[in-house]
Amino acid sequence: MYSYHRKSNETEWANQPAKYGTTGREKLHEFCAECHGDVVKIRTEKLHGTIPCENCHGPVLNHPEKPEKLDIDRSRELCLRCHTSLPYTTSERKRIPGIDPKTHNTGTPCVSCHNPHNPSLEGMK
Amino acid sequence: MVGQIAQHAMEVHGEAWTIKELFTLPNEEIYWSIQIVMYPFMTGLVAGAFVLSSLYHVFGIEKLKEIARFSLVFSFALLPVAMMPLLLHLQQPFRGIHVMMTPHFTSAIAAFGFVFSTYGCIVATELWLVYRKYFVQTALELKALKNPGTIDSFRRLLFTVLTLGAWDISDEAVEKDHKACKIMAGIGIPVACFLHGYAGFIFGSVKANALWMTPLMPVIFICSAVVSGVALCILCYVVVQEIRKFMARRKIARWAKDSNAPTVEQLEGAKHEEVMIASNYLMYFMIAALTLEILDLIFRGYTQVKSWDILREVIMERDFTKIFVMQYGLGNILPFLIMVLPGRTVRRTTIATILVLFGVFMMRYNVVIGGQAFSLSFAGFMDYELPILPHNLETYKEGLFGALTVAATPFVLFYFINKVMPAFLKEEESTH
Amino acid sequence: MERRDFLKQCIMVIAGASVPLSALTLVDPKKVLAANPSIQWAFLVDTTRCVGCGFCVKACKTENDIPFDANVTRTWVERYVYTKDDRRYVDSPKGALNGYTDARIDLGKGEFKEIDKDNVGKAFFVPKLCNHCASPACTQVCPVGATYKADNGVVLVDRKWCIGCGYCIMACPYAARFFHPVLKVADKCTFCFHRLSKGLDSACVNACPFGARKMGNIHDKNDPITQIIMNERVGVLKDEFGTKPQAFYIGLAQEVR
Repeated sequence: MYSYHRKSNETEWANQPAKYGTTGREKLHEFCAECHGDVVKIRTEKLHGTIPCENCHGPVLNHPEKPEKLDIDRSRELCLRCHTSLPYTTSERKRIPGIDPKTHNTGTPCVSCHNPHNPSLEGMK
Repeated sequence: MVGQIAQHAMEVHGEAWTIKELFTLPNEEIYWSIQIVMYPFMTGLVAGAFVLSSLYHVFGIEKLKEIARFSLVFSFALLPVAMMPLLLHLQQPFRGIHVMMTPHFTSAIAAFGFVFSTYGCIVATELWLVYRKYFVQTALELKALKNPGTIDSFRRLLFTVLTLGAWDISDEAVEKDHKACKIMAGIGIPVACFLHGYAGFIFGSVKANALWMTPLMPVIFICSAVVSGVALCILCYVVVQEIRKFMARRKIARWAKDSNAPTVEQLEGAKHEEVMIASNYLMYFMIAALTLEILDLIFRGYTQVKSWDILREVIMERDFTKIFVMQYGLGNILPFLIMVLPGRTVRRTTIATILVLFGVFMMRYNVVIGGQAFSLSFAGFMDYELPILPHNLETYKEGLFGALTVAATPFVLFYFINKVMPAFLKEEESTH
Repeated sequence: MERRDFLKQCIMVIAGASVPLSALTLVDPKKVLAANPSIQWAFLVDTTRCVGCGFCVKACKTENDIPFDANVTRTWVERYVYTKDDRRYVDSPKGALNGYTDARIDLGKGEFKEIDKDNVGKAFFVPKLCNHCASPACTQVCPVGATYKADNGVVLVDRKWCIGCGYCIMACPYAARFFHPVLKVADKCTFCFHRLSKGLDSACVNACPFGARKMGNIHDKNDPITQIIMNERVGVLKDEFGTKPQAFYIGLAQEVR
């Protein structure tokens, strides 16, 4: 309905290059593990295993050709997206352990103490 | 902290003049601002001026002859100006021609190209038919000059071209002009209605907007368009006549210095009777426009659909002054009272027309801006702050000075058009 | 005057006809058929899984080059908090680009509302995006035909043709559209059309760690997303407008606007 348009525009949109992984979400960890598997140990699918690597490491683009290194977001704000404690019992949010960002080690990046690839609180530094 | 971020943030179109309150969806801004208010206002003036002139040409109301001719010329001066607010508003103004190249017929705005071209042709044709005798006479006069200067040579060429080769000004030919003019004016009335009806349809058909969506919108727009057009023509007619009297008394301008120029007494100012009859029609249309607007409001308040809570707050509280005091009070009821009370004079009518024009402008403003005053979430508001002093091109185009530019242009154009097609002719010079 | 009108019309027609012809590329019908015309993309949002992390918004802006510091977004997440004293608060700070890191409700104009955590009744997050409606109001009102629904169901904007009038933005009941701050044309979620054409997931679907966003081919009965839409209780936003949105929601509360 109402669809008269310039047909070549569809091709223009289709040809736009993709930034995020071309392997699909399920295969992303396998893709990254090919080179980085021995360094990164994702403990279990239940914790940070469900987070696609690109959420913290940025879009893969043409890595490792270009860019050679991906910018890692180690900021506090990134972790706070999920780990700010919000008192919502009717949301999935309740299942995520959280802290009050105004009182818990303010100004310190979370990764100073927590390992994002192995977030278990037992193995903390 | 929010303010600090905003200063460094990349400004989105609409952010400069929108203040969002409570919960508004992230992409919502007041995208249609002052230029979109000016657009229906200017097209309304066009349509209204034309209808006034048609009252004489079609319905033969002899007493409106002078003001009718004036309205026709003024309508032509207003026509290109109707396009200006759109060009100033478009984010890609150089692509504006796309509307003529690939008009998408399910869109009301696509009608713009056709309606305007048609209407422009009709007005141009009608003007030519009215002024043909004048063109011929002027061209013949200029041709008879022995040593024409540059201006007169140019004028001679211009008027010769304007006759389009139809030099016959015998009584039969002029009678044919008269008939053709009547037909043109007759066709022109529905086209003028369409011109402004479609503008009302643009808003009335937007189902997403709770304030705009009503089948009454095209009719309200047409009625208030005629109101504004008639009011403007009365006002300008009176003002121009006063200016001419002033110029005659002080002998400014070429025509006044001429030895057989009309005297101040002969100019006699705006004909009292013409203004009275024109203002009668103004009042009829004012009643119609006001009835429809109040009807719309009553329906909303009675049916109280989902949008009523937020609309009520916008109409009755936040915009109460703009709607009830300025638009209905100062813009409708007060001028109506001024005109309807016994002993109506030209001066009183002139004041009334100024108020009417203000009222019609506020109506456009309250529809366009008012429709964006609340969020689609029905849980938030957006305040409009008209940019006064522009700090970049966008705040000029969509700010006070952009609007003033649009408002001033028809008068500039009228000045030039008047030199070719004078709005005031001696009796024997005009076709009818 | 008639001669002049005729000439004017001729020039307009010629000018108008010459442009579309030059802009079109010839389409091979076999290729079109081969490109699976029976696909119709639909989106499934599971609001019971969304935690408001905002990774989807960040991924969308990164993938589609929408400036981070511009207050427009192709997708966003809203937070609804109901208090026990029967009040409802809704906010969406920067469209949840940075997630929700504050328990206070953002009221706009720099104001915040503190809510006592014992007063919180139900609270949830609702991701929103362009619904790629089956009967879109936006494509109906475009005066130049710059926005359209492609054969696979995705509603797109032709960036080279859009004149920037904003009618489509006003016509969308979901506020999914906006003016691109750099390109100065209308823009909106494209379901990551460029990724779909390469057989990839959209950026937001890719980024969601909790599986709140999914996409499927609603014409394929065996697609797991289609199965959910067919067998479970799903809702759509603002269906009273008759736009027939193709983004379906699990767990949609009635008050969600």
